Amino acid sequence: MLTSNIIKGVTKGFPLAINPTKIEVKEVDFNPAFVVKTLTKIDYPALYQAANDVGHGEGLPENIEGDVKENEELLKSLHNALLQVEVIEGELVCPESGRKFPISNGIPNMLLLENEIDNTGQ
Amino acid sequence: MAASGRPEHQAPPEIFYNDTEAAKYTSNSRMIEIQQKLSERALELLALPDDEPCYLLDVGCGSGLSGEVLTEADHTWVGIDISPSMLNVAIEREIEGDVILGDMGYGLPFRPGTFDGVISISALQWLCNADKKYHSPAKRMLVFFRTLYAVMRRGSRAVFQLYPENSAQLELLTQQAMKAGFTGGLVVDFPNSSKAKKMFLCLFCGGAAQTLPKGLGTEEANTNVAQKFTKREKGSRKSLKSSREWIMEKKERRRRQGRETRPDSQYTGRKRRGHHF
Repeated sequence: MLTSNIIKGVTKGFPLAINPTKIEVKEVDFNPAFVVKTLTKIDYPALYQAANDVGHGEGLPENIEGDVKENEELLKSLHNALLQVEVIEGELVCPESGRKFPISNGIPNMLLLENEIDNTGQ
Repeated sequence: MAASGRPEHQAPPEIFYNDTEAAKYTSNSRMIEIQQKLSERALELLALPDDEPCYLLDVGCGSGLSGEVLTEADHTWVGIDISPSMLNVAIEREIEGDVILGDMGYGLPFRPGTFDGVISISALQWLCNADKKYHSPAKRMLVFFRTLYAVMRRGSRAVFQLYPENSAQLELLTQQAMKAGFTGGLVVDFPNSSKAKKMFLCLFCGGAAQTLPKGLGTEEANTNVAQKFTKREKGSRKSLKSSREWIMEKKERRRRQGRETRPDSQYTGRKRRGHHF
């Protein structure tokens, strides 16, 4: 479940690269309406990249064309990549600063150090 | 939230919510009940569209008690919290949402326009503290609200249940939220009771002008309650909590997820009757 959210996880710099060391796939209820809705919000190339990073990119096309709502197979693959694949151990790497955010027990650690805080909020 | 005293005064959140304190959130049924009630009310205040799965953020999710309420309502959620102990409890409880270790005062690490709604239960008052020498509460609030505004979808709402210490804190929080672009205000449930009184900061993120919901326990709200009940009977989308139907649904869901579930029997969902001699 974490992969997609991690890709979304950015303050500055996007997308974060994923270096997984342990991955689990857990079953989550399939909800086509939610997948369609989510698809409008995410950056698809980043999801595609991330899914391949963690080795679960099967069934995902490089570009999404046509009516997604009718294509149940595609929706299922998207559902798998978005919600079911979970990175348990590993790290996220910021593409700009190279800063690494460790993931342990499925929890990404996004805490910053004193000198990394952006006080402007932008 | 501990019943006695203010935990904010004792230690920073990442230290106060240690393993012992985190364990209370799984074992103390009173605390669990309060958290659930608050979350249900917050979800109600969010006024999400019916029958549409939404992507929500839970700020200060802790052990995921509030998230469970969101899961019950078929929403997908992500939680952020500063206490690793609480998050470990959340993982142990096999919560459905994802959790992220982070400090809300540093800003929220998500892409713009991600969330359809934000809830936060008893967490915002922690922002009023300066736990490190480089912390400035006013600045941290502003950073938090600004990034929050960015990660929310236009027209969505954020509902924060909070325990402000005094009116100055509340004023500062609201002021900083307005500065970040939010509209909205405070909803107070049961303002005349010292114990049942609960405050919710409702913030609207752009979009069409919205009216602030009324607090419960005020005169106008009585009709609200009546409406709510008739609505529930009509819609009946969800079974009543702890009813047999509700338990069966929950068990069915767990089975589908391949998790360990006790078999159903004639005793499922039955009350434990007292002993009659």
